[in-house]
Amino acid sequence: MKEGVYGVMAEFDNPGALVSATRAAREQGYRKLDAYTPFPIEELNDVMHLHKNKLPLIVLCGGLLGGLTGYLLQYFVTVIYFPINIGGRPLHSWPSYIIITFELTILFGALSAVLGLLGLCGLPMPYHPVFNVPRFSAASRDRFFLCIEAADPLFDVEKTSSFLSTLEAKEVSEVAH
Amino acid sequence: MADEQQVIEKPEAHEIIARGYTFGTITDQISAVVLTKRTPLFWFASFGVGFLLLQGLLVSAVLLFGKGVGIWGIRTPVMWGFAITNFVWWIGIGHAGTLISAILLLLNQKWRNSINRFAEAMTLFAVACAGLFPILHMGRPWLAYWLFPYPNSMMVEPNFRSPLVWDVFAVSTYATVSAVFWFVGLIPDLGTLRDRTKNLFGKYVYGILAMGWRGSARHWSVYETASLLLSGLATPLVLSVHTVVSFDFTIAIVPGWHSTFFPPYFVAGAIYSGFAMVLALAIPLRSVYGLQGLITDRHLENSGKVMLATGLIVAYSYIMETFMAWYSGSVYEQQAFWNRMTGPYAFQYWFLVTCNIVAPQLLWFKKFRKSPVLLFISSIVVLSGMWLERFMIIVSSLAQDYVPSSWSLFRATRWDWATYWGTIGLFLFLFFLFVRLLPMISIFEVRTLLPQAKVGEEVKG
Repeated sequence: MKEGVYGVMAEFDNPGALVSATRAAREQGYRKLDAYTPFPIEELNDVMHLHKNKLPLIVLCGGLLGGLTGYLLQYFVTVIYFPINIGGRPLHSWPSYIIITFELTILFGALSAVLGLLGLCGLPMPYHPVFNVPRFSAASRDRFFLCIEAADPLFDVEKTSSFLSTLEAKEVSEVAH
Repeated sequence: MADEQQVIEKPEAHEIIARGYTFGTITDQISAVVLTKRTPLFWFASFGVGFLLLQGLLVSAVLLFGKGVGIWGIRTPVMWGFAITNFVWWIGIGHAGTLISAILLLLNQKWRNSINRFAEAMTLFAVACAGLFPILHMGRPWLAYWLFPYPNSMMVEPNFRSPLVWDVFAVSTYATVSAVFWFVGLIPDLGTLRDRTKNLFGKYVYGILAMGWRGSARHWSVYETASLLLSGLATPLVLSVHTVVSFDFTIAIVPGWHSTFFPPYFVAGAIYSGFAMVLALAIPLRSVYGLQGLITDRHLENSGKVMLATGLIVAYSYIMETFMAWYSGSVYEQQAFWNRMTGPYAFQYWFLVTCNIVAPQLLWFKKFRKSPVLLFISSIVVLSGMWLERFMIIVSSLAQDYVPSSWSLFRATRWDWATYWGTIGLFLFLFFLFVRLLPMISIFEVRTLLPQAKVGEEVKG
């Protein structure tokens, strides 16, 4: 492995070519690879086996926590901390707790979805080696990139580059650290 | 990178995006509004009007802080007056944005992709305007934080059995969730702006906001899950917010308020006025910025259809409301509705019936829905009608309730009007800042609408 190289990147001009190239790279045995696209591509999830992530679980936990917080907060305030007789209702008047319990479930669920998204993606990450490729700015416009990372056991700058060149790539370049 | 030549045909009637767009030209056209194009006169005019009206809001808020809520026309028994009318109106307008961004996403309505961004921004700013009113209406607005339960030296806590406290939680949750949903939607487009801007300051600002988004497939996969989950959470939320707002009325025993169909009636009315606002914003924006290829006549027509459908629900509610008043056998309910129709506010009542029920029937005609100018006019008519509806519900019921000796009419003062128009100014001010500084159409979602975005069958494994 050559020092100071993050990986090798190939550029494609349509999503179909990128998906076939990614599949070909997976079939060659490369695992440490990532695709960069200007919009989500369903088929890449199939190719890269990305269908499962932990976000739903995080949101479920966040939502449950929010619901519990809402209910217990109201229970604590109306029954223990500040009991007050309003219209002769029982102190533990659960039907009137429903709204706030629901709202806090949604609030905590939504916030954990956002924080979970950032956490699972490792964002904010202002610096990343892929930004060193001059043409990479087109990844947020109309170009599709596949990067095979140096961390992959099969990685070899020469071999991987020539492999990527066989895949209808418009351009293949090394990614500096 | 040299921008590509735009070759766009006029969109066909049924198309949600004009033919001839490429990933590049979509990106260029939408980001050009923010990055390169010279700001049109329309922007300066609208922003200027908003800015001026906003000054009116500031002056009336300062006066209100100094002198108290007596500067408004609220006198016993009509203590809610304009403030709560405006609150309900604004928060209703916000609902269409969440409907477009969340509910239509879950229903897989692709046409929403080009209108969801600015509709969500509309939601955010409408909720901001709405939130001002209950706070200003408090009498001592600087103590607004007393609404939240927190440990305090007074040893007093909010009454969780009150719908007004539920409202605090519903509206603040709605504002927060709308804001994060909107921001999450913006992240990939902020990345696009970061990569496209030539301005160093812009590069830093967009770069920091984009948080290093690089369009990685691993990120997109989580991102898509997050969008779905946020939509799933925002959908019941948006329905709950106006429901809770309607509880402010239904849980009271005031005649004309105390009824069980207020929640669906309020939610339908909210979406009705919200789509009217979407049209009122989309129609001028698309012609000024030449976005007819992205916000096509199909979008306007669909919004017109949603307005028609929700308008019919509202019409049904008016009829049921009146029928139930009669059928209830309660003289107070009957009196309240008789007063609405023939009493001191009869003009406003029949005007709102004309705006909300009679006028929108024109939307049945395809020719009418095809004409942006007519749609624009009808959206303004509906917005006025819906404002009057809230005014009618609040003012007429409070002015004439059970005891005729306590009856008294509401007269709006100039500060009522200044505050109301001031929030319209705040809305325009924020909205046009948004149009100038952020992409008003979701670039990455519109890219997925292109035929080129489909990966062909031959590569499927």
